[in-house]
Amino acid sequence: MSTLKEIAACLERGEDQRVHELTAEAVAAGLAATEILDDGLLAGMAVVGERFRKHEVFLPDVLLAARAMYAGLDLLEPLLKAEQAPRRGKVVLGTVRGDQHDIGKNLVGIMLEGAGYEVIDLGIDVTPEAFVDAAEKEGAAVIGLSALLTTTMGVMGEVTGLLRERGLEGQVRTLIGGAPVTADFARQIGADAFGYDAGDSVIQVQALMEETAC
Amino acid sequence: MREVFTLALEDLLPDPAEVLAARGLPDEARYRELVEAARSEIEALAEPRGVQEELTREEFAEVYRGDGGNDTETPLDEIVPRADRLALFAVTLGGEVSEKVSARFGNRDLAAGWMLDAVASLAADAAAHRAAVNFSAYGRREGAPSLAVLPYSPGYCGWAVSGQRRLFAKLRPEEVGITLGPSCVMQPLKSVSGVLVAGPPEVHGFDNEFDFCSSCSTRECEERIARLGRNA
Repeated sequence: MSTLKEIAACLERGEDQRVHELTAEAVAAGLAATEILDDGLLAGMAVVGERFRKHEVFLPDVLLAARAMYAGLDLLEPLLKAEQAPRRGKVVLGTVRGDQHDIGKNLVGIMLEGAGYEVIDLGIDVTPEAFVDAAEKEGAAVIGLSALLTTTMGVMGEVTGLLRERGLEGQVRTLIGGAPVTADFARQIGADAFGYDAGDSVIQVQALMEETAC
Repeated sequence: MREVFTLALEDLLPDPAEVLAARGLPDEARYRELVEAARSEIEALAEPRGVQEELTREEFAEVYRGDGGNDTETPLDEIVPRADRLALFAVTLGGEVSEKVSARFGNRDLAAGWMLDAVASLAADAAAHRAAVNFSAYGRREGAPSLAVLPYSPGYCGWAVSGQRRLFAKLRPEEVGITLGPSCVMQPLKSVSGVLVAGPPEVHGFDNEFDFCSSCSTRECEERIARLGRNA
């Protein structure tokens, strides 16, 4: 088995130490960081993500795999910067103002990083201005908004409104998610997509990125 | 009546089977181990405590009005006038549990962090339930008939999160270490606040057909009310 395939296989099993060692070996062997990332770490995460979507594995298994991914990614980050390797795109992520629930948002962030996106996580209790400012500053193509309360989901509409006000609608796309949020609500507030769960959110971001690139 | 109290952790920690069911996980050894590890961490770190204070319907109406951000019609508008007694409450597991969850995620110990958060959330909900049990017991000590008590919290069922401001001004839960941020998010994060509503079980019944009910994915109210009926 090639080193890259072995990285992917160990990652699928959540063997973080082994992924770290194999990534170091691959770097020492002169493989490009982008190749190790795409054909090793992200290939393994793609398999785990697909198995999760099919309910063949459960969230803790995905999180163990993600930990293994980070064990390799931490070694690659400086090399990727040196190679000036383009990532698949930037996503600003956060839980809206007044809402302290961050686990769902964290899972989306982990899954997005596992799919090769750069994630700027603003944390919890984030104001509409902070979302839009961060997207402008970072040149993010997508803002991901999370809310767990029926009484805070309205803040998502403030973010889409602020994007319109600043003339960024269409340029910065919005994805919303969280327990009370629905596709209907996304349409009502003019959000571009609704993520049913963490796995679906990755699919939605991929679609938004592709639309933006067209 | 104003009472500051501590809570026994054994009353709050959920059974592993309950955690697995709540998170949709099969009952397998590797997942049970995660739950057990989270329970042990909470046992080592949590300092569960709370405060509750009885108030009149009129006083609660002032608190509930908040800054006018509630939905036009809410369950508490129907329930409170029928209640026998009311008390504001706030409970917390203390700051160290939330800090540990953040540290776990920061260290990329993701599965352990996720499970710790899950168990802590269930424990915080159990703390609110214990506050309800305390309020019921307090009433009985005073010679009142046994009443069904349920907690209701800002942020849920049409009660705006901004309602926390008046709740905090009245209850002053800072005494037990719970503070309110500018956006009405509580610190420590694993805290629950709200009103305890006491009355016969039927007081808590309502048709869950409010505007916000269509956006609610949990429909938890149905189970809460049904449980009261079973326990009555």
